[in-house]
Amino acid sequence: MTTTQPLLDIAGLTLELPGTARPLLAEVTLQVRTGEVLGLVGESGSGKSTTAKAALGMLPAGGRTEGRVTVDGTDVLTLRGEALRAHRARTVAMIHQDPRAALNPVRRIGDFLTERLAHAGVTDRRAARARAVELLGAVGLPDPARHVRQRPHELSGGMLQRVVIAGALAAEPRLLLADEATSALDVTTQAEILDLLRTLRAERETGMLFITHDLHLAAAYCDRVLVMYAGRIVEQQPAPALFAHPRHPYTRGLLGCSPTLGGTAADLRPVPGRPPSLAESFPGCPFAARCPEAEPECETWAPVVSPLEPEGGPVPNGPPVPAGEAACRRLPLAASVAPATHGATGASGASTASGASEASAASGAEAAR
Amino acid sequence: MLSRLFRQLAGLVATLFAASFVIFAAVYAAPGDPAVFLAGGRDKLTPEKLAAVREQYHLDEPLVVQYGRWLWDCLHGDLGRSFKYADQVADLIASRLPTTLALVGFATLIFVVLGVGAGVLAAVRRGWVDQAVVGATTLAASVPSFVAAIGLVSLFGVRFGWFPVTGAGSGFGGTVHHLTLPALSMALGALAIVSRVTRQSMLDAAASDHVEAARASGIPERDIVRRHILRNALGPILTMCGLVTAGMLAGTVVIETAFGLSGVGSLLVNAINTHDFPVAQAVLLLMVTGYIVVTNLVDLVHPLLDPRVRAERSAA
Repeated sequence: MTTTQPLLDIAGLTLELPGTARPLLAEVTLQVRTGEVLGLVGESGSGKSTTAKAALGMLPAGGRTEGRVTVDGTDVLTLRGEALRAHRARTVAMIHQDPRAALNPVRRIGDFLTERLAHAGVTDRRAARARAVELLGAVGLPDPARHVRQRPHELSGGMLQRVVIAGALAAEPRLLLADEATSALDVTTQAEILDLLRTLRAERETGMLFITHDLHLAAAYCDRVLVMYAGRIVEQQPAPALFAHPRHPYTRGLLGCSPTLGGTAADLRPVPGRPPSLAESFPGCPFAARCPEAEPECETWAPVVSPLEPEGGPVPNGPPVPAGEAACRRLPLAASVAPATHGATGASGASTASGASEASAASGAEAAR
Repeated sequence: MLSRLFRQLAGLVATLFAASFVIFAAVYAAPGDPAVFLAGGRDKLTPEKLAAVREQYHLDEPLVVQYGRWLWDCLHGDLGRSFKYADQVADLIASRLPTTLALVGFATLIFVVLGVGAGVLAAVRRGWVDQAVVGATTLAASVPSFVAAIGLVSLFGVRFGWFPVTGAGSGFGGTVHHLTLPALSMALGALAIVSRVTRQSMLDAAASDHVEAARASGIPERDIVRRHILRNALGPILTMCGLVTAGMLAGTVVIETAFGLSGVGSLLVNAINTHDFPVAQAVLLLMVTGYIVVTNLVDLVHPLLDPRVRAERSAA
């Protein structure tokens, strides 16, 4: 079965708030297919969570929105009232960053789950109770029958994260939005939760938008990774290729910030400067001020996401899969391809330099596996 | 749980003990000599007669001895005899208390329903509804209760004739009918503070992440307001309602006077005016007890509303 229609399709989403110098989101375009995990990486304030919330139709009030967000063929941004509630209750579910904050402290775990279940179609109280216990068991919480009677403060962070995941799964959603779902957990718990999410994805063909600030985690866990900076997408590649051969200077900068095993202190290269605030606007590339490779022209070049050369060349008898996209003026390929072909299939006119780098990216991908 | 209850009871007794002494001393220190009153006024008063009266009522003993005697009798259920009516103080209070309790209970019902309702409305429907609620309740609070009482009497009692303007009525229906205007005038002042606390507490609760999370999972707004916002905002609301009710127990005198009700408040004022020591002391002690009991009840209910309070206390 080929992917005919993406599960989540965000096209040219731009969001402007009054009183800010730059848009919160600028021309964000991404697709998540059924059963696919798309990683969303970037510093705080880069627009990752806002992008995820767009899939729930939860954009900040008073903002001006352009573009389209469709989930399973439904235009989310035009949904109102009961239809929007049904969409949030049944089609898309979000796993929140801080489980302790995402749960009502004065209500029992069981009430949290049965409330979710009630709006996902399980209206019989007894059945909902039983299903709640079943869900807690499914997310690997020991002794679930006891936990449904407990309140959040009686459980540990890792247990609560499982409860939140159980709540998200209550609706049996088509699309899961995992917003830093494991960032607050210790590594062993993190591994268990990730494994759990992977199993669930395999079982239910759920698509997932996996938000994290940990590039290594994204590379290891996701099918494709998308890097955001100042509300824009700066690079998108299959995870192994992105990790092995980042194209955008910002992605390289992010990778340079992570310590590697066997590396020395000198190998850690923090990205200079701070992420831009909403009060700063950019006539050109927003990263130019912090970019070690910036040229004077970068200050005025309006960023355009352009396809990179496909990995392994065009596939016979079918549309070739795009290897990735990046928004940098200095990439030789990006400069030679006409703009406004987001997600276009196949890119021609690849330079030899780019071809060589793709080859090394491919071998890097093998190594990463 | 039991030890906490015991601690709370011990604190209650200690507070009552301290309050009883302050009350006794304050009434003792009040200007005027009750013996003069007891002897039938200054006319034809001889020092011998005065001394006899003093001895009869133990007024010649030192303050501490008098206090000890009074406290001992109180602990045995004997609040003494009224100087003025020569009745048992306990009987006097018992005949007045139901009216006052009914009045305070009714006023509490009114300000809780209207105040919390207005606060919820202001928090949920921001904009002009919010401003209207804040404006109206502030206006209501700035009017003294006796002025409100006069206004209500002239409008609903005299012009429309819907409610009686004096007396406490008999039977449940009669009491409710008679006490509606007094209770309303008492409740009006409390509306502003209760609705303001409700509104702020609701806004604080609504800013929590879990409310946003609930909204993101498609739970209807009505359920969010009820189960996630109001439910979590109840702590401060309950505390404030308890404090206001406790304050009302000691503040019924103005309304009782305005509506000609013979309650505990008017009993106290008369007792003070006539140097009726035993009655004044007993009523004050009753009011303090009422205040302490109400605030302690609120403290006891609090952990039921917020399980985290329970956890902290049991850990401490």
